[in-house]
Amino acid sequence: MEQEKSAAQANAHKGVWIFAEQRHGQLISTAYELLNVGRRLASDLNAELSAVLIGHKVAEHAQALIEHGADRVFVHDHPMLENFLEEVYSRLLCELIQKAPPDKFLLPASILGRSVAARTAVEARTGLAADCTELSIRKDSGLLNAVRPAFGGNLLATILCENSRPEMATVRPMAFGRAQRVAGRQGEVVVVKVEPERFKTRTRFVQFVREDSGEQDIASCDKVVSGGRGLGASKGFDLIREFAHTLGAAVGASRATVDAGWIPYRHQVGLTGRTVRPKLYFACGISGQIQHLAGMSSSEVIVAINTDPEAPMMKLATFSIEGDLYEVVPAIIGELKHRRGDAVTHNSTNSN
Amino acid sequence: MPLNIVVCVKLTPSTANIEIDPATGSLRREKMSFAINPFDEYAVEEGVRLKERIPGSWVGALSLGAPDSEAALRESIARGVDEAFLISGPAFEGSDTFATGYALAMGIKKIAQIKGRVDLVICAKQTNDSDTGQVGPAVAAWLGWPGISFVKKVEEVSDKFLRLHRMMEDGYDVIEADLPAVIAVLKEINEPRLASLKGKMAAKKAAIPRWGAAELGVDESKIGRRGSPCAVAQQAAPPARPQGHRIQGGSPQEKAKQLVEKLQELKLI
Repeated sequence: MEQEKSAAQANAHKGVWIFAEQRHGQLISTAYELLNVGRRLASDLNAELSAVLIGHKVAEHAQALIEHGADRVFVHDHPMLENFLEEVYSRLLCELIQKAPPDKFLLPASILGRSVAARTAVEARTGLAADCTELSIRKDSGLLNAVRPAFGGNLLATILCENSRPEMATVRPMAFGRAQRVAGRQGEVVVVKVEPERFKTRTRFVQFVREDSGEQDIASCDKVVSGGRGLGASKGFDLIREFAHTLGAAVGASRATVDAGWIPYRHQVGLTGRTVRPKLYFACGISGQIQHLAGMSSSEVIVAINTDPEAPMMKLATFSIEGDLYEVVPAIIGELKHRRGDAVTHNSTNSN
Repeated sequence: MPLNIVVCVKLTPSTANIEIDPATGSLRREKMSFAINPFDEYAVEEGVRLKERIPGSWVGALSLGAPDSEAALRESIARGVDEAFLISGPAFEGSDTFATGYALAMGIKKIAQIKGRVDLVICAKQTNDSDTGQVGPAVAAWLGWPGISFVKKVEEVSDKFLRLHRMMEDGYDVIEADLPAVIAVLKEINEPRLASLKGKMAAKKAAIPRWGAAELGVDESKIGRRGSPCAVAQQAAPPARPQGHRIQGGSPQEKAKQLVEKLQELKLI
């Protein structure tokens, strides 16, 4: 890219932005995760942190974003923004980037974030690093070091965007902890005027169909319990669901079980499925094909339960249990319930 | 009215045989086998299915890459695509998703000149090598067309618009998009068929035009390394996970007890 123009451009771009995603009018956890990492980057740059909020009846969330570290919140609030359309959201982001050019811009690597960030980056003529798991500021240049897994997690690549601004990145959900709340923290709320008549929108939202029946989503839960071919049959997921429910975990699945029609695709963890990074990942009857590992090998603690001690997952796992999952999992559920029962008794004793 | 559809495909290393040089952290390309990006199989299949749904339609495949990328295009023809086109040349080397999106968009414009028009571009969700998922939306942005990613179903298609199901974290959105449009599809959208004998014959015989920067009329400041805002500064193998602990014990209950204790020590439960 042209050096001179971009150097001047870089000087005009100030501050760190994060995209605060909302679903059905509620902020989702990535907003707080991005505020956490964004705050750290902003401090290293001695710059301000701003959050961008798009939706309908979402202005009330501005204070929560400020209390979790935003110095400024740009609010786009309009009935036509209630549901996500790539065209519309990316247009708003581009216009905002032109008006108040930021230096860095982080978005969540969620379905919405991944869709809108790539379109916005091209429209804003800048670079975008995908699905990053580590972010830092280079001391010499102030550039963003964006580290991301590639080749299904077999390679960590550091991406630099030297001559275009803002430097954009999408950030893997759960890669960073949530920002702490500071009650009463002050910040600026900028309400951006949204004029729908200016949009020649060629996409239309028709309706949303809920499919999760109240289950937690695998990408945003800090515990995931996954079942694989070792379940033997689709009803094996009844046990996985019971286990997940006891643990407060989301239900994941291997490709084989999804292909066999035992569980819907949204549960599939892996290269052709979805990527998760929970604190605790249970692999029950999953051998650990490279395609599955690609979706979960960055989990903090991995527990594998398998009859085959030589399975790749058993070797990768933090804790491995050799055995029949139909014996081991009920035993773990029993142990969890037992301890929880103990705790309840204990508490009631204390309160007496 | 029939549709002209273009599917974007890429030749990538086969997932199972990725080898990384531990000293340099770079790929040992000479040791790897290459094939059509596995996600592209769903994009190709969807293109062929839409062609079959609307009589008289045409579906082409387009790739950007080294000359051996022809293999991915011939595979697409074997699976039912009518024609294929390759964008290739040294000027395109080192393209990031921004520059790749631009080059593919220019290729689509050239196909539109040849075929009269292009109504729909289908990309896969992502490739299995870079895993970015950014090229589909980038192509849409460069063309200035509506773009919808994470598409799991094409419910309705006409010459004017598409009605799609887009996966969301908690369900799916039903979205309508005017044509021309760019969609990026998930594995869930179909079950790809195997190449037919007739397809394989066609693949063998097909003449695949190869377009360089000049043939495509691209702005050379937007392609290759020079045109890419992003560059890979460093590659490394991920840090090895710490040595695992095998839970011993006689009965499942004993093992469960030990495990739960460990997880409580780590404050995970």
